[in-house]
Amino acid sequence: MHADIDFSHYLKSTGAGFVHLDLAVEGINCAGCMAKIERNLSTIPDVTSARVNLTDSRLALEWKAGALDPALFVSRLAELGYKAYPFERDDAETLEARRAQGLLRRLGVAAFAAMNVMMLSIPVWSGNVSDMLPEQRDFFHWLSALIVLPAAAYSAQPFFSSALSALRARGVNMDVPISIGIVLALATSVIETINHAEHAYFDAAVMLIAFLLAGRYLDQNMRRRTRAFAGNLAALKAETATKFVSPTEIKTVPAAAIRPGDIVLLRPGERCAVDGNVIEGRSEVDQSLITGETLPAMVTPGSAVFAGTLVRSGTLRVRASAASGGTLLDEISRLLDHALQARSRYLRLAERASRLYAPVVHATALLTMLGWLAWGASFHDSIVTAIAVLIITCPCALGLAIPAVQTVASGALFGSGVLLNSGDAIERIAEIDRVIFDKTGTLTLPELDVANLADIPDDVVRLAGRLALSSRHPVAAAVARYAGAASPLPDIQEEPGQGVHGLHDGRPIRLGRPSFCGADDLANEILCRDPEASVVAFSHGESRYAFAVRQRLRPDAAEVVAGLVRMGVAVEIVSGDREPAVRLASETLGVHEWRAEVSPVDKIDRIEELVRQGCKVLMVGDGLNDAPALAAAHASMSPVTATHMSQAVADAVFLGERLAPVLAAVKVSRKALRLMRQNLWLAIVYNVLAVPIAIAGLVTPLIAAAAMSGSSVIVMLNALRARARETI
Amino acid sequence: MEVLVILVPLALALGFVGLLGFLWSLKSGQYDDLDGAAWRAIADDEPASDQGQSR
Repeated sequence: MHADIDFSHYLKSTGAGFVHLDLAVEGINCAGCMAKIERNLSTIPDVTSARVNLTDSRLALEWKAGALDPALFVSRLAELGYKAYPFERDDAETLEARRAQGLLRRLGVAAFAAMNVMMLSIPVWSGNVSDMLPEQRDFFHWLSALIVLPAAAYSAQPFFSSALSALRARGVNMDVPISIGIVLALATSVIETINHAEHAYFDAAVMLIAFLLAGRYLDQNMRRRTRAFAGNLAALKAETATKFVSPTEIKTVPAAAIRPGDIVLLRPGERCAVDGNVIEGRSEVDQSLITGETLPAMVTPGSAVFAGTLVRSGTLRVRASAASGGTLLDEISRLLDHALQARSRYLRLAERASRLYAPVVHATALLTMLGWLAWGASFHDSIVTAIAVLIITCPCALGLAIPAVQTVASGALFGSGVLLNSGDAIERIAEIDRVIFDKTGTLTLPELDVANLADIPDDVVRLAGRLALSSRHPVAAAVARYAGAASPLPDIQEEPGQGVHGLHDGRPIRLGRPSFCGADDLANEILCRDPEASVVAFSHGESRYAFAVRQRLRPDAAEVVAGLVRMGVAVEIVSGDREPAVRLASETLGVHEWRAEVSPVDKIDRIEELVRQGCKVLMVGDGLNDAPALAAAHASMSPVTATHMSQAVADAVFLGERLAPVLAAVKVSRKALRLMRQNLWLAIVYNVLAVPIAIAGLVTPLIAAAAMSGSSVIVMLNALRARARETI
Repeated sequence: MEVLVILVPLALALGFVGLLGFLWSLKSGQYDDLDGAAWRAIADDEPASDQGQSR
């Protein structure tokens, strides 16, 4: 079925007459899959390379240009039982991957330097108590300097540049004390070596860099992995568009290949993959994913349509535009910019900690120096002692305290179906005390569902389902899906805008509008009970039935709401949909606070009102109309079915049909924040114990090295506790 | 102690070779798929053929 997709957008020429294609493959989860796919595809003639990446569930293929049709691979994989879609690494993912690799390279350099310096340090430490000649010691110190200085200059760059940019912005972050500690430790060691002194701290400095880089690399790698997974999800959605390649000829292309100005064709039952303006045709469209409104709207030439719009009745030609045109979109972009500015003012826990930490530590070092001077020590000794204070307090543990927990917690969240978008999402989600849910697409599932299956005999449902297969109307498609129908009835005609009809067992059979099937009374009965349902009627001979098709609540929505309330989190529904629909959902879920027919501006106003009352709000929403509110809230989450813009601004995206990931996110984040605080306290306790030794002037390089690695390991081990699975 | 003249440069050279080896493995993409690499090590050998060998 994908054989007609145009792959040319994804093919990359590698030179020398070969082409390269990346596929995201669903269902690769073991070594067996890997071997099966690689062996099978390698046997195709002209394929030069087929390599599976198990970590990212991807397949890289290379073959002789022009020799093969890429669709062959997709169909071959389908035979093996895997769904595959071409994908393109987006910029964000490429950036994360490059950063992770850069950090790993620096970590490698620092680790090798640390190992080699340790080899030189141990003889010095043991020589100091036995019979090492001062010349030999100096020689070993100079060798250490030779290894450490270039290694530190290269591998500590991330800390230096981050500290510099913080200082330029007149702020302090954790990298400022770290950089000061590293630079001072190295400078003192060089000066001490020149002066033939006993102690040098090259080993401690480079070990500190290696530990911190290890923490950062793990953090970055988790982020890269999440991005790669999100990239696969986007590819597996396989959004395609039907593009006019000439005024009369159409071609199915991936949505990513559509450029502004292209004209695309939208047929009934299709979801629009691009933003644009209608240039021809009229249709009812379902914009519930975008505005939250479940009632269909009418579009005519000139109307704006957005990615995610479902076409219900007519065929449309749409000119794709670059994020402009619609007044809704303009307004939302403006609100969004404003809200994002406010969010960037959030101070992360690490920044708050370092704001307190840096001045205290630096003041202690200064006081130590002044104290020793007053006590009558020489200027040189006072300075060396003060620097020893700075080295021992250099926040190795502090620098790891937060990233280590973050890495472990985002791994745990990944396991429960939550992908984090932003680095400080965990902290912000942990702090919330109120959740605002959007209704359509968030509390409810984006797909339509038949609500009254229980009232209709099974054989009728099956027959109606088979008949519905002949219609492209989304409401009929829901009936077909729910009936589990696979074989369409023969000789069925479609009456545009009315329904489908034909003959079955010698009796006329119809499915469509209630009036088309003569079932108006049944339909009215349903609409009285459930005003937001769409009714599709079915008649076979004289018997008539009506299916109530509506959006269904996520299966565990009520449990999740109850769970949140148990945790002391207030729950509220704010929706753009009409009042009866919102009231019904609120009553079903046991939510007492709800608002209906809320515009994007009013959503933000509601959040700001809550902020003034001192609430910290987690906004969970999916529509384009939710995007500004998602950005304005203290923290935000979107389902993976949300519009592109909402997913981009949300702090986290959750997968699947269930709402449980929202509850899991709050639980894991709270636990993680607790561990982060604990880790900070551990780091402080370590300092309280170590600083007096440093102030007393008793710190040897051996003590410094042991204290640094000891505290780092303790903090790392404590962080691993975030892995303990939450029972939800 | 004259042996240091040989041992110290030797030790440093070995360390440097190790580092170069690491950088080479990083550059050739051997850290791109750690999960897969873990399994490839114990997978059965692929049947010998003149093509289909990856990389």
